[in-house]
Amino acid sequence: MKKTVLLLTALLALGLGSCRKEEDTIKIGAILAVTGGASFLGAPEARTAEMVVEEINAKGGILGRQIELIVKDSAGNPERALSFAKQLIEEDQVTAIIGPTTSGETMQIKDLCESLKTPLISCAAAEAIVDPVARYVFKTPQKDNYVAEWIFGAMNEMGISRIGVVAANTGFGNAGMGQLVKYAPRFGIEIAAAETYDSAATDLTAVLTKLRARDVEAVVNWSIVPAQSIVPKNMKQLGMEVPLFQSHGFGNIKYVEAAGAAGEGIIFPAGRLLVAEQLPDDHPQKANLVAYKTAYEEKFGEAVSTFGGHAWDAIMLTLEAIRKAGSADRDAVRDALESISGFPGTGGIFTMTAADHNGLGMDSLELLTVRDGRFAFYRN
Amino acid sequence: MGSGQLLQYLFAGITVGSIYAFVAVGYNIIYSATGIINFAQGEFVMLGGMLAYSFSRFMPLGIAVVLAVLLTAAFGGLMELVFIRRMKSGSVLGMIVITIGLSLLIREGALAVWDEQIRALRFFSGSEISSLNILGARISPQVLWVLGTTLAVTAGLFLFLKFTLTGQALRACSENRRAAKLCGIRTERMVSLAFLVSAGIGALGGCVVSPLTQTHYAMGTDLALKGFTVAILGGLGNPLSAVAAGLLLGIIESFSISLLPMAYKDVISMVILLVILVVKPGGLFGSSRAAALREY
Amino acid sequence: MKRYRPVAAVAAAVVLIQLATLILGKGFYLTQLTMSAYYVLAALGLCLVMGYAGQISLGQAGFFALGGYTTAFLTTRDLTDLGGTAFFTVLQGLGLVIPKETLYGGTVIHLSPWVSLAVALILAAAAAYLLGVPVLRLRGHYLAMATMGFGLIVYRIVLGTRLFGEADGLVNVPGFALVPGLEVSGEMSSRIANYYIAWLVVLLVLVLLINLINSRVGRALRSLHGGEEAASAMGVDTARYKVKVFVIGAVLSALAGFLMTHYNGGIGPSEAGVAKSVRYVAIVAVGGMANLWGTLMVGSVLNFLSLRGVFGHYDEAVFGLVLVVMMTFFPGGILGAGTLRTFKVRLVEILNRVRRNRKEVIHG
Repeated sequence: MKKTVLLLTALLALGLGSCRKEEDTIKIGAILAVTGGASFLGAPEARTAEMVVEEINAKGGILGRQIELIVKDSAGNPERALSFAKQLIEEDQVTAIIGPTTSGETMQIKDLCESLKTPLISCAAAEAIVDPVARYVFKTPQKDNYVAEWIFGAMNEMGISRIGVVAANTGFGNAGMGQLVKYAPRFGIEIAAAETYDSAATDLTAVLTKLRARDVEAVVNWSIVPAQSIVPKNMKQLGMEVPLFQSHGFGNIKYVEAAGAAGEGIIFPAGRLLVAEQLPDDHPQKANLVAYKTAYEEKFGEAVSTFGGHAWDAIMLTLEAIRKAGSADRDAVRDALESISGFPGTGGIFTMTAADHNGLGMDSLELLTVRDGRFAFYRN
Repeated sequence: MGSGQLLQYLFAGITVGSIYAFVAVGYNIIYSATGIINFAQGEFVMLGGMLAYSFSRFMPLGIAVVLAVLLTAAFGGLMELVFIRRMKSGSVLGMIVITIGLSLLIREGALAVWDEQIRALRFFSGSEISSLNILGARISPQVLWVLGTTLAVTAGLFLFLKFTLTGQALRACSENRRAAKLCGIRTERMVSLAFLVSAGIGALGGCVVSPLTQTHYAMGTDLALKGFTVAILGGLGNPLSAVAAGLLLGIIESFSISLLPMAYKDVISMVILLVILVVKPGGLFGSSRAAALREY
Repeated sequence: MKRYRPVAAVAAAVVLIQLATLILGKGFYLTQLTMSAYYVLAALGLCLVMGYAGQISLGQAGFFALGGYTTAFLTTRDLTDLGGTAFFTVLQGLGLVIPKETLYGGTVIHLSPWVSLAVALILAAAAAYLLGVPVLRLRGHYLAMATMGFGLIVYRIVLGTRLFGEADGLVNVPGFALVPGLEVSGEMSSRIANYYIAWLVVLLVLVLLINLINSRVGRALRSLHGGEEAASAMGVDTARYKVKVFVIGAVLSALAGFLMTHYNGGIGPSEAGVAKSVRYVAIVAVGGMANLWGTLMVGSVLNFLSLRGVFGHYDEAVFGLVLVVMMTFFPGGILGAGTLRTFKVRLVEILNRVRRNRKEVIHG
């Protein structure tokens, strides 16, 4: 009795996965952390990708074929990302995979995608994703060191030379901390205190107290939510009046709202998506940025974020490559991806080369600030 | 470290410790009455904050908080009625496992209802940039609200358990269920009451710290684990020792940041937990005998 | 030999399923089936602790991660720099260093996974022993809290330490060569071999556990269920047996973590989290607490479906739902004494009612 139940259940489970129809669609896989700890990043990414695919399908698809986007929710777990990657590549025979959301997951599947010759366009920021360069692996977020360099450049102008750094204990935060520590000496800046905190920490007054005790002239926070809104509030509550710099993770007006009055004056480098309307009309990125912003905000009733932007870049680059290659063949798409030049994305203008699988330069970022509760250019 | 600095760490520790206390008190009340470790305790804190936020969009803050507390309390009681009461003959192990499953469901349910965005209640007084200067330390006025509420809850519980008939009945239940039953106390009602009160207290805690710590659908799990630690630290069996233990742990963690990298802050609390379990399982203020003889 | 019949049935099912995937051209299912096997292995270890020692362990994922991270860390150290040292020569002489080519055109020399296997298992046993001895002699559910603390410590340490990859985890873990030509790794070419390796390990462990349950230790443990004082009065050293079982459970979990890490080629902090421990608890509880077969069944089905993304965004919720529903209505678990009978009884009731209604309609 027991064994029959065992066997039947096993076969049933097998059967459940067997229903797949073959159609003449172009399949693109997406491994995103829609739920779980990285959902702040993954959920907007998934929404963006689905929105883009829907729009393009409505206009007739690509190369006359409809696009099928297969989204897998990895919840930020590398082992799930691995399982899904194998599934997407071999079972679903996707042309390319966009995502994953986090660096840890991307690193876990980088070698797999390379050895199975499937283009991977990651939405994660770690340098290790494109260094060493794997022929089939690309990433869309800007380089962390550019962010650090922008921050330090601004500090030099403000005459700040002694700072405190706090970063979240995530891949993003740790990478950022690394870049800040590395580039500070080049700009003549001394890091008097550096602390890593738990990404889910709800009260950072203790850590900031430590920084205050070292008489820092500015604080840099490298994280995403919720710390991005907690740090400015805690600083004000502690009576710390020094300027606060944040990373390009501060990419959603919601975080400004969450920080309330404490958000005024925060300085951070970011992509131009957040100030799309304020760009001059002849700026090459403006058209795409405004179109994406309007469509996203109308469809989902929430503000755009730069994370969703990374996904927009990933899917649009993939589609552009398919168009250029004239086919959905993985190798052809890979070659086309590598030869993309001057593509106006949300993160910047992409120009890929064989040695640079990110395609963005220092000018992809803009120094922004919060003024009257809205994003604005730091220098007018 | 100057006295201002010291006081600053102290205040930070007390703030964090208070939220631990809210969770741990709930654990203790339920454990005393039933012998169950209720893993969903952290979720009550989350629900309190989330509900209050939603209500505060269209009603005054005070009413929103009261409503959120009452609703969460009712939810806790309902949870007990539907799931725990059925398992009368079941093992305590099974019931603990169920609360684990329930905490998961509540969390995912909250995600479905409220989505993954962070929310924060309005500051009860002042705003996010208000700062009070107390003896050289700078704190937000909300911290005073938190401390005040903790004290009020502690005092209220103490009076309730010592001087009211229901409170004494609850204590009788926790001393010896069978004897309490023989004395005519409706033990099932006491169990429901325990869940109700625990959920309510948790929700109140969730509301009062929300402006400072913000509320997020997944915050319950970490809180549950910390609250767990605090409950053991204080000694299962006495709800009030949980308050002291919570504040103590918060302060220890806060001061540890001044010495160690913050990444290891949570390792400290876990190490403390293990040390206590090995050395004095009854907790700092409890008796090992009482803890060990606990039976459902 | 009768008690091994279920093992034979499982073995037969394993082979049948593989052949089915071959015939149906669904070879890719083997990936998720192999990963499920390793999760089942960890769950079986927990089943021993929960079902037979009657204690909740919320740290099973901690032991899993201990095994996985130990091997990941040790085998990703590039020993090339140790070049001419005496230490290196000794290792080389013992056949414990292995050169490997990377995808980017380079060679690294890494430690043989056999070494990290030994280290991982010893560490797990030691940790379990140190944790279990003081805590298991207490009544009540202190093990739950202690193991929870342990799991969290492991999680925080791997999350907070640069050497363990912090939030990104460790990657580029080489394969584990059992014999030349047979390797536990994620290579597509050795997929079938890996599937059988994984399930063979599970089967061997099942045999081991059946022996354990039917041995003196097992009988002593079952006596605990009758009442610890009674068992104690009969001279059963309950604490010692509980520790023994706890250590075995931990070692099994570490073994699972070790093998999974080589199969996946890496590991992340997510494997250590409380969420994973809760899943193992859910699998064992729904499987019937003391029921190896239930654990096997529930574990393989749920993990297989989860790894294929069938539950979509509700992955976490599913485990919680299954747990709550099963424990509330079928406390004996899916293969428990009451469950199947309840199903049958209910089914018969329904059929009888249908028959009566039809009679009424026809004759009434």
